[in-house]
This record gives sequence, C-alpha cells and structure tokens, in this order.
Amino acid sequence: MSASQPGTNPARGTNSGPAGSNGGRHARNGRGRGSGRGGEQFMVPRAEFRSYYGRPVIKEPVWKEPDVPAYLFFGGLAGASSVLGAAAQLTGRPGLARAGKVAALGGISVSTVALINDLGRPARFHHMLRVFKLSSPMSVGSWILSAYGPAAGAAALSDLTGILPAAGVAATAGAALLGPAVTTYTAALLCDTAVPAWHEAHREMPYVFAGSAASAAGGFGLLAAPAREAEPARRLAIIGAAVELTAKKLLERRLQGRAEPYQTGRAGALLRAGEILTGCGLAGAGLSRRSRAGSAASGLALLAASALTRFGIFEAGRISARYPEYTIVPQRERRTVLEAGTRTDADAAAVRTGRR
Amino acid sequence: MSVTDRPGLTGGADPAERAGWAEHPPRMGFFTDTSVCIGCKACEVACKEWNAVPEDGLTLTGMSFDNTIGLSASTWRHVAFIEQQAPESAPGRDRDAGGDAGGDAGGAEDGLRWLMSSDVCKHCSEAGCLDVCPTGALMRTEFGTVVVQDDVCNGCGYCVPACPFGVIGRREDDGGAHKCTLCYDRLGVGMEPACAKACPTDSIQFGPLDELRERAQARVSDLQEAGRTDARLYLEGPDDGIGGAGAFFLLLDEPEVYGLPPDPVVSTRSLPRMWKHAGLAAAGVGAMVLTAFLGSRTDVR
Repeated sequence: MSASQPGTNPARGTNSGPAGSNGGRHARNGRGRGSGRGGEQFMVPRAEFRSYYGRPVIKEPVWKEPDVPAYLFFGGLAGASSVLGAAAQLTGRPGLARAGKVAALGGISVSTVALINDLGRPARFHHMLRVFKLSSPMSVGSWILSAYGPAAGAAALSDLTGILPAAGVAATAGAALLGPAVTTYTAALLCDTAVPAWHEAHREMPYVFAGSAASAAGGFGLLAAPAREAEPARRLAIIGAAVELTAKKLLERRLQGRAEPYQTGRAGALLRAGEILTGCGLAGAGLSRRSRAGSAASGLALLAASALTRFGIFEAGRISARYPEYTIVPQRERRTVLEAGTRTDADAAAVRTGRR
Repeated sequence: MSVTDRPGLTGGADPAERAGWAEHPPRMGFFTDTSVCIGCKACEVACKEWNAVPEDGLTLTGMSFDNTIGLSASTWRHVAFIEQQAPESAPGRDRDAGGDAGGDAGGAEDGLRWLMSSDVCKHCSEAGCLDVCPTGALMRTEFGTVVVQDDVCNGCGYCVPACPFGVIGRREDDGGAHKCTLCYDRLGVGMEPACAKACPTDSIQFGPLDELRERAQARVSDLQEAGRTDARLYLEGPDDGIGGAGAFFLLLDEPEVYGLPPDPVVSTRSLPRMWKHAGLAAAGVGAMVLTAFLGSRTDVR
C-alpha cells in the first residue's frame, strides 16, 4: 500500500495530517509511523496502520486538569495518611497521629471538591449514590468516599478539638480500614476505560498508586510531625517511593513499545521529573535523620513527586487516546492473529475475553 | 422505573434479560450496509431533526465530504467519506462486475473509489458506557438498546473514555452525556428510527437483530459471489470483545479505515482482575505502614 493514498493513511509518511503534526515521538516497537516524506515508497514495509484521516478512534477523556489528577493525588495522600495516623496513635505518637489525620481530612476534602468540580453537572453529585455498581469503579469509589470522608473528618476534628475521644478512636479506625481502598480504587477507575495507556497498564497501576500514596503520606509526615516521632513516616516514605519506582519500571517493561505515551512528550517529562524527585526524596529521607530542614525538604520532594506521577499518568492516557495508532495497532495485530489462527493464539484470545 | 444493567461481567444471555426485563420484545438493531450508502447524509439530518440534537459545526474539514468528523454528543449519525485507490481485486475498478450487487459510486476510470458509511452507536451487548456509569443514567432498554437518562446523568464523563468506539460524548453547554437512543421514543410506538426511515437506499436497515444478522449474511454472500471479495461484516456476531453489537455493518475495507476499532474489547471484561490488583495493592498500603512501624519500634523513646 502506498503512503500517498488519500483518505486511508494520512497519518503516515506525510507531515501534514493531524497526527503528522505531532512531532518528537518515537516509532513504536521499532515500527510505527515511518519518518519518510510524503509519497515516499518504502522498500521494506513498515508496520503500517490505517486510520480515518488520522482521527482518534476513541474519545479523549473529558476530565479536566488539574481537577482529576489532583483528585487522584489528594485522595492517595488522604487514604495512606489515615493508616499512618492510626498506626501512630496506636504506638503512642500523638504528633504523627495528628499530622496523619489532618492530612487525611485536608486531602480528602480537596480530592472530593476536585471530583465534584469536574462533573458536567456538579449540583447532581449525589446522583452517584443512587445505585451501587461493582462494574463501575467510580460507583464503588463514591461509596467508599462517602463512608471514608466523614470518618476521616471526625477523626481529625476529634483529635484537634479533644471532644468525643471515644468516637474519635472509632473514626480513626474506620478511616484507617477504608484508607487503603481510597488509594487504589482510582487506579481501577482509570484502567477500566478504552484508553490504551491506562487499560494496558491495569496490572501495575494499583501498585504505582499505592506506592505513590504511601510516599506522599510519609512525606507529609516528615514535613509535619515532630522530629522525635517522624521515624515511621520516614520509613513509610522510603518504602512507598521504592514501591512506586519499582511498579512503574515493571509497567514500562511489560508494556515495552506500548509504554511510549509514558515516556515521551509532556507526560514523559512529568513522569521523569517525578522519578527524579522521588529518587531525591527517597535518598533525602534516608540521609536526613538528624536534619529537620532536610527531612522537610525530602517530604516536600516526595509530595511533589507523587503529584507529578498522577499528572503524568493522566496526560499519558490522554495522549494515547488522542492518536489513533495506540488504539489501532494492537487491535489490528490481535485481529490478524485471531483471523489467521482461528484463535489458536492464547494471548490474543485472552485479551479479547478479558483474561489478559 | 429505572433499570440498570447488572454488572456487565458476564456475556451470553440476551442483554435486556440480563438487565432484568422479565418480558421484553425481541432485540432491535441496525444493519448498516455501506455498499449502498450514497453519502446523502439524510440520516444525519433526520436524526438531528427528530431528536432535537443541536448543531455542532458545519465546517469544511478537508476530509472529502465529511462535515461532522465523527460521532459525538451532538452527532449521533456520522457519514464517513473515504477516497481511496480501489484494490486490484475490487470490482469497484470495473463498473460491470460491480453491477447491481455493488452499486459502487466510485469512478472506475482513474482507479479511485469512494467509500461512504453511516456510523452510529453500536448498542453493544456488553456496553462499556453502561457498565461504568456510576449514576445509573445509562440503562438497557427492553429492546436491548442502551440509552442515557438525561434527568439522571450528572456529567461525570466516565462513559466517554469507556466507549471502545468513541461514540458517547459530553456536551459543553448542558454538561450531560448524550448519544444515539436508537430512537427509543419511536420504537415504543412501533416506528422505526428516524435515520433508517430517511435512508433512501436502505443502507440503514432496522429490525429484530436476529433477522438483520441473517439478512446481512445473505447480503455479504451475494456480494462475495458477485466478486466483491472486499465485502465483510463487522460486529455481526456474539464472539467479539463486546459480545456482539446491536448495530453492525457491512464494510468494503478494514474497520480502521472507517475510523472503527479493528478488535474492540470492552474494558469491563478485565475488571475482575483490576479489582483483584486494586485489592492487593490496598493490602500493600497496610503492609507498608506496618513495616514502617515494626522497624521503628525502638526509635520511639
């Protein structure tokens, strides 16, 4: 097939189509769109994809920035902070407990406001609680939030004001039990879409989110808790950062060429900056035990890194939805395999049935 | 009464039945035979008129005669126009072979052909939009179709990236999600959808899905026998990644050429695995905190 065919393949071999204007991206899997000029015939066929005028196949998410990445980040900070705060209370570290509870209340408030603000019809936010659907991570998440939010709020208010201490303990425990779910349901939320970069990463994404949330909570603890109580926060920050970095590496390794949206463009820059900050925060947290300023700086770096990770992942998804090759090429390969082999290929069949 | 689909984690049974309709009419759908589409856009106009869908751009796109670009919150039928080199084997290059069976609109002399196709919501058996809708605004009707209840939708936008076809969209002005209803109001009184009614060549055929599937098989066989080896059905059976579509197509080239995904899979099929990993990762948060405190025990005093 010639690259000069009008209508069928404008995204390849020409610099004029809508997708052709997207410079600076790499070939995928060593193939993808060629770097040829318009009309050039390749002697060796490149992996071609055909599309409708380079238009996207799926819709780009209408979710806004910074609302939705902020919702992800602050929700993660809150959820992990509740667990940290409860454990601190249990082990007799009131300062760290208070820091965790305050971070949880602040985080979940910002997160919820961001989520509601992103709705097309914010006044109807309570419609989320009309039904409960396991098939909708947003429905499950709304119910989790509606139980977690009040618990986190009561825990923090009781701690700050000293009223109803028994209820405060119960709320602290409740928030700690629900907190972990708050940190990871959002990963299922993103991945349960047709957005290629998100959906294909559904195995690793919850662990990235869990690590990112733990490192943010630990980072906030380093920043806000008294130095003599900060050791668990320091350790949580280090463990969380390590988990986040590892999970992200595993994600990129498994996706190989399909990880391109995470590695290039603005998303790639955000994620790289996040990784560098995570690395700095991790090292800083390990080395700053005797320095209050060093601890605070490490905590800040980890908080910023966690936020950058969420913004980067969000952007990678948008990019992978915007350019049709991310949708078309893997599906075309699968369809070709299934048509040729009448589903002898277990891999391709497993994707279709949701087992992969 | 609002009827919400059960979690779409299983395929198989009739979608209306799965959604809880005890008694329901046969599943209704569209068979869009693009080999006889003439690109008149009567379907686009009829849809807008009947459903009072707002105008959403009358631009010159440079994409042949396409003005509406793709399906969206305010484009529920979209006619795609593709100008391409007719394949050597395609009888579109030879007027005689195309004949009655093909009705190809392309000019044979220059080897070019013009493909036209009226796209629409697929009303999937396993509908991603419906699965992920957190409010129950998207529902399965007794006809097996998928519609948005505008008075319920809170504009969360989750359905938009959940659709593997990029059909449903959110309107800027009213903030709600909108898409083809397969003219639910007309179906309720025994009428056919506006687009099918307006289609002058019967490229858009409406009816019980079983009947349409038989008709489509016969049509594609006829075309193949007439030498149109490029004719193929798309989303015609229940074995694909969406459990089969309520609106399926006869195409003359690969789906992606028309802007359609070659092998769509509803993301909800792997949601059980996602929940498993989300659960494990949540347990991991607890484990991380536990580890942090276990190691710190001696540092308290």
